[in-house]
Amino acid sequence: MSPTSLHTAREAIRRVSEDPHRLGHRAHEGEGPLPGAGHGETGPADKRIIVGYGFWIFLLSDIVMFSCFFAAFAVQRNATAGGPGISQIVELPRVALETGALLLSSYTCGLSFAATNARNKLWTQVFLLITGLLGLAFVAMELQEFISLAAHGITPQRSGFLTAFYGLVGLHGLHVTIAGLWLLTMMAQVQVKGFRREIIHRLICFNLFWHALDIVWIGVFTIVYLMGVRG
Amino acid sequence: MFGKLDWSAIPFDQPIPIITSIVLILMILGLLGLVTVKGWWPYLWREWITSVDHKRIGIMYCLLGVVMLIRGFADAIMMRTQQAVAIHSPGYLEPEHYNQIFSAHGTIMIFFAAMPLVIGFMNFVTPLQLGVRDVAFPTLNSVSFWLTASGALLVNISLFIGEFARTGWLPYPPLSETTYSPGVGVDYYLWAVQIAGVGTLMTGINFVTTVLKMRCPGMSYLRMPMFCWTTLSSSLLIVAVFPILTATLAMLSLDRVFGWHYFTNEAGGNPMMFMNLIWAWGHPEVYILVLPAFGIFSEVFSTFSGKPLFGYRSMVAATLFICVMSLMVWLHHFFTMGAGPAVNTFFGIASSVIAVGTGVKIYNWIFTMYGGRVRLTVPMLWSLGFIFTFVIGGLTGVLLAIPPADFITHNSMFLVAHFHNVIIGGVVFALFAGLDYWFPKAFGFRLHEGWGKAAFWFSLLGFWVTFAPLYILGIQGMTRRLQHVNIDAWEPMLWISVAGVALTTLGAICQVTMLVVSILDRDKRRDVTGDPWDGRSLEWATASPPPFFNFAVLPNVEGEEAYWNIKLKAIESQQLAPEPEYREFEMPVNSPVGFYTAAFASLTGFALIWHIWWLAALGLVAAFAGFVVFAWRDVHEFHVPVEEVARAERARRAARKALLEQMAREGSPS
Amino acid sequence: MSDLEHDPQEYSGELDRREDHAPGDEPEESAGHWIRNTSLGLGFSILLTAAAFWAVGTHLIWGPAIPIALIVFAIAQMGVHLVFFLHVTTGPDNTNNILALAFGVLVVFLIIAGSIWIMHNLNQNMMPMDELTHMQP
Repeated sequence: MSPTSLHTAREAIRRVSEDPHRLGHRAHEGEGPLPGAGHGETGPADKRIIVGYGFWIFLLSDIVMFSCFFAAFAVQRNATAGGPGISQIVELPRVALETGALLLSSYTCGLSFAATNARNKLWTQVFLLITGLLGLAFVAMELQEFISLAAHGITPQRSGFLTAFYGLVGLHGLHVTIAGLWLLTMMAQVQVKGFRREIIHRLICFNLFWHALDIVWIGVFTIVYLMGVRG
Repeated sequence: MFGKLDWSAIPFDQPIPIITSIVLILMILGLLGLVTVKGWWPYLWREWITSVDHKRIGIMYCLLGVVMLIRGFADAIMMRTQQAVAIHSPGYLEPEHYNQIFSAHGTIMIFFAAMPLVIGFMNFVTPLQLGVRDVAFPTLNSVSFWLTASGALLVNISLFIGEFARTGWLPYPPLSETTYSPGVGVDYYLWAVQIAGVGTLMTGINFVTTVLKMRCPGMSYLRMPMFCWTTLSSSLLIVAVFPILTATLAMLSLDRVFGWHYFTNEAGGNPMMFMNLIWAWGHPEVYILVLPAFGIFSEVFSTFSGKPLFGYRSMVAATLFICVMSLMVWLHHFFTMGAGPAVNTFFGIASSVIAVGTGVKIYNWIFTMYGGRVRLTVPMLWSLGFIFTFVIGGLTGVLLAIPPADFITHNSMFLVAHFHNVIIGGVVFALFAGLDYWFPKAFGFRLHEGWGKAAFWFSLLGFWVTFAPLYILGIQGMTRRLQHVNIDAWEPMLWISVAGVALTTLGAICQVTMLVVSILDRDKRRDVTGDPWDGRSLEWATASPPPFFNFAVLPNVEGEEAYWNIKLKAIESQQLAPEPEYREFEMPVNSPVGFYTAAFASLTGFALIWHIWWLAALGLVAAFAGFVVFAWRDVHEFHVPVEEVARAERARRAARKALLEQMAREGSPS
Repeated sequence: MSDLEHDPQEYSGELDRREDHAPGDEPEESAGHWIRNTSLGLGFSILLTAAAFWAVGTHLIWGPAIPIALIVFAIAQMGVHLVFFLHVTTGPDNTNNILALAFGVLVVFLIIAGSIWIMHNLNQNMMPMDELTHMQP
């Protein structure tokens, strides 16, 4: 075998062993194939990635649903039909407390997941419980707001603006309530089943959901309440 | 105790619904009785109802779609005949009934015929083409199907308990508000579509994740078959826009149930916001339907021309372009609602530009045929019929995209003809092509070709004879949804249209005959090898039907057209690839949670429609309880032993070896 | 020990450390790093929230610009949440997550901006609703 053909043969063997699927070499390829990234070398991704990504897509669809209610609020913001407008119903101190509670609950949720990664059942449960209590405080304050407004006849049936207000804020509160039920279920599952693979997957999803709700709340308190102070 | 429900809900005084209902109930009871007597329930429960296998779920979706297609077609027959006979006369359908018929026709065709059929194809074909064993979330897949079926059930119940909406397939307020629609009709619509919409959203999430995160080794994005790209785009659109449908219908429900003011005429409601939001969903919806249809045509054109698809990368680009642009054109559905020239112009131009993407695809399909050896099989006939029909429908669409032209033709029969042109020419033709193409893969035997061709010709002719007159009538000024017609000059065209309906009915009869004949004759038309069409993508590498785990070993892909390369190598070397090393793997277990969830969804929906609040609450609690029970299960996968895998794979290899030897004897592929 | 605790890698040979990540998931990050990131996120969020509440009542910002300041603070805080709580970054292990997010943001923008533009246009050209209802018999 001549030196050049030996070299060619060696090249061919190297190429096949390094690139068995003949995907071609890319400039930034330094560390080798990235499973789950779609470049094709490694087949289906691990279940952890699949579950997390699927839930991420669901979250984005939920954000789109919220955006419809935001749009309705933006369009009907001034449709007060002779009734009270946004500046008459905003109570900033309560909004500040609600914001604080939800933000802190996001923090404790993150801490709970750190405990999960360290496989520490006690601290996972403790922080989940605190998260749940803070979420409960948030929902309680919102209910209190709605009830006191309704007692003054400020109901969603009064005007298009109030419909849009109750609808947007109420939808967010409903999501927090459902997340609270999910939190209780997760606490029960962690207690009974421990840190099995699918429990970890569900905790990843729960974390995503809880943080996303806080992101939506940033939008709500900014656009509905803070921008409404001046009317 | 039972809310608004009482005996007056049953339409004893209306002959057509009551007779239809009695006949249907008797047929259903007969079917259930037959299944019971033959002892088929355990089999059905184990193998179909609780199945999480994407192939089974896909078949069930298609079955649901075909049954609802027949119901929607029956509505269409009634509408066309009513308009032809009701010239200066009331016809045989009084207005209250006629309005329900055209509303049910549109609702059923879009939500319960077209969507299930398209999703059924996505389900059956995509994992096979990607070379994997199932979708990302198999149990969620089952839930999606059963929720869609639950919606279909609610719509059909409205035929004999209560009434259906009279507001058209999109319930515009203020007509759909309680003031002007106090009955339960709109509520049936709202809950049926809402429940089915949740199912569809979950399908979208499932397929985005499957296509992006689950492909066999070596299958990079640009090596996926075109159908998988269209599945991805359609699923991205589903995820992007079905929440809009959910939100908008929820807002209308809040208005109706609690007296809120999203879309009311008074107290600050804004009915125009409904049109804005619902079409922000509605326009992408038609692209959700048509993109997978385009994917089916890509597969058919390349297989039956014996050539790779022309311009694969430009096809991918065109698909993604259409996917994104479809989110930016929705106002063209309400050019006449009073937006100013700036808004109308923007959306008019965007609507014209989106046609460029489809144009690229049409040229690519034509160039795929050019220079190939075209085989005029039944799927290919449907595809050729599509090119001709859809291009004309697309052209009338671009005409409608020009606001001043649309001012004259909005809500006329011209519009009706246009959208039927593109939906039937695009989506329905693709579905029939796909049914014929993948039927052997799903059931193991081919469909009768003669009856298939007859069905095609009757349907193609029937479509044009039905809808060409409607284009003319639209230009002459006839508006849509007329219960009676007061202009004599329109009568001839209306009767020609009825003749077209008769031709289409013959086409439908040919389809049913094709099915019956093929099933009775199936042993003579078995697909022994698994590759009846000389296919190019991975689903044709499996047996017909494939084993429940699809592939014994996930294929290694080295280029585009994965299976074609494998086949060529085998033909060149006159032997199959070496037998792989079989390994044990896990498959998901069946689950009743889909059926259970849907049963309670139907119950809750029915309760909400009739304001039976305690029953609705019960249904919700039961659904949550079911979710918790399901989440508590310990076993969600089972091992597939190596022997079973090896057995199935060896049988498949034996069939392929026989095919290779036959090809060597005859000198060319079948 | 049940099989369900074991991570079967039936598709590739061994557990691969250089993985694409699900959003919100950093399996190799130590507890200390995680807590630090989350605490930083909390700190920045508190600052931005306080800034937003302050901006509403202050005279230091020109009146008509206050809504814009609020939106800037809101977007910044959403970014803080995404990066510090959800660990959505621009690394190569996160590309799919970013693309999905970008698609979602596009849709949200089209719906909100599109609806506001369209409805404003319609409202300008149409008779106000209450005058219209007065015209009805």
